[in-house]
Amino acid sequence: MSDRPRSLAFYVLAAFFCLFVVFLYGPTLTILVLSFQGPQGGLTFPMNGVSTHWFGKLWAGLGIVDIWGALWRSLRLGLVVMALTVIIAFFAGLAFRKRFAGEGVLFTLAVASLIVPSIVVSLGIGLEFRLLDEAVKWAATATGWDWLQEHGTLMGLYTSALGAHLTWTLPFGLLIMFAVFNRFDPAYEEAARDLGATGPQTLRHVVVPILGPSLVGVALFGFTLSFDELARTSQAIGGRNTLPLELQGLTTTVTTPEIYALGTLTTGMSLAVIATALGASLYLQRRKAKAGLRMG
Amino acid sequence: MTDAVLATHAESPPAAAHQSLTAKTRRRRVLAYLQAAPMAFVFLVFFVVPLALTLMVSFWEYNEYEIIPAFTLQNYVDVFEGCTATTDLCTTVRTYLSTLKFCALTWAFTLVIGFTVAYFVAFHVRSKTMQMVLFLVCTIPFWTSNVIRMISWIPLLGRNGLVNDTLQGMGLISRPIEGLLYSDFSVVLAFVHLNTVFMIVPIFNSMARIDRALIEAAYDAGATGWQTLWNVVVPLAKPGIAIGSIFVVTLVMGDFVTVGVMGGQQIASVGKVIQVQMSALQLPAAAANAIVLLGAVMLMIVAMTRLIDLRKEL
Repeated sequence: MSDRPRSLAFYVLAAFFCLFVVFLYGPTLTILVLSFQGPQGGLTFPMNGVSTHWFGKLWAGLGIVDIWGALWRSLRLGLVVMALTVIIAFFAGLAFRKRFAGEGVLFTLAVASLIVPSIVVSLGIGLEFRLLDEAVKWAATATGWDWLQEHGTLMGLYTSALGAHLTWTLPFGLLIMFAVFNRFDPAYEEAARDLGATGPQTLRHVVVPILGPSLVGVALFGFTLSFDELARTSQAIGGRNTLPLELQGLTTTVTTPEIYALGTLTTGMSLAVIATALGASLYLQRRKAKAGLRMG
Repeated sequence: MTDAVLATHAESPPAAAHQSLTAKTRRRRVLAYLQAAPMAFVFLVFFVVPLALTLMVSFWEYNEYEIIPAFTLQNYVDVFEGCTATTDLCTTVRTYLSTLKFCALTWAFTLVIGFTVAYFVAFHVRSKTMQMVLFLVCTIPFWTSNVIRMISWIPLLGRNGLVNDTLQGMGLISRPIEGLLYSDFSVVLAFVHLNTVFMIVPIFNSMARIDRALIEAAYDAGATGWQTLWNVVVPLAKPGIAIGSIFVVTLVMGDFVTVGVMGGQQIASVGKVIQVQMSALQLPAAAANAIVLLGAVMLMIVAMTRLIDLRKEL
């Protein structure tokens, strides 16, 4: 097939692909351009001059909405979710290589967690924490213990929201680990063990370095999916919103290009994270290949 | 390889080896449990228990101030209120029909676009590196904010947006078309924009596994491009199509964000009903709706997987 001349189908499909890429990236590019709208400009074209006016206004804050606080919360949560996703998914991947009773159940749960509508998961977690709060309140009156009295809510960024995000990122992490371990040659581990390495040593010096590039991929999924997550967080967060939730609220209230500036900023951050992850993954692969050559 | 090693061990001193073997397997098993435990814990606490509680609370009573743990079927009766009437469709059925319409349209578009894109990258791009690059080009937007990607349609579709301006400039229309934005059209457009990636990835994955010799054989046997596509590629890409379809259908069925933002908060959807009831603190009512939604989605998934298996048997 590869030595045949290009058919007409190739050119038609290539054109279709290009159109799809325009469809995919075009709108985002539009708001990128429009976020540099002049001070007099509006939400649509034409450009009324070029300025960083709206970024300046964004920097000063969006009125009552604490956008920088929300951004900071989302970043912190994203990093925690990323770390937990990599660690939990990696070890679960190891567990699935050995056989264990209940592996079918766990796998089904992971897949179900991925495809059950987010609003249902979010509602369930919200309910769970409300009921927990009720239980704490009940315990406080029943026991009269001081440390239970002034209890607010257990719902929060690192409890309910963190859990909600993990139900979304862990299935992706686990599926990636499956794909990765499918291609992993156990001979490396056996070689390490034959040379007298203990289990943890084998993991640290053999398995993790070989899987490094893929683990970076899991981390990328963990961070970006958490950073942009909205539906699952909506009912499972207390009073303080994450950035996507604030953004959703802003779509109806902000009528100036400030919101485009915010869009450019967050998209830029996401792209920086993606570029870093891809770069790190490539770097690790190169280093691995070089090390392989040296040893070979 | 492990088996071979274990076998040789087992042959010479039988009793001791057997003992250490079982000890070893036991240790391996304990280790597997320990390694799987964190994930099991997360899914138990943040998935299984919440769903169980949702089911439980959907049978509870509530008033304006609190929810009351007393058994009632009223919440479900409320969901289907008026549905027995034959003259008018009740609210729930109308909402589901509207959501199903979005579902069907989005599914059709994402399937056609996703399949075509995946087919091009998997079969017409020759170098592996180029395949990876194009695949990444398709997936990178998936890692950026959905809300921002929705907002980015405003300057294009608005009343004075680029589309209306261009059409007017070309003299094709005299007045701007209303309803490009905040309409069914913009909702479906955004759904397709956001969710096509969920079709591309699994379909591409299925296609990448297809043995190229099969395509070659079909070509040598005189099949045309279309015949090869329809009789070789499509059947072998079916698992990917099924996975992608399940993703798209469940994402659209439970959505309230896209319908909200792109519909100007004016269009009803099942997810939105739940969200509104939740913010009005009508928790048992929201829970009952969530259970009904979950049931509907499950039915659709079962139907889709059945469809695929059935075809395999024919």
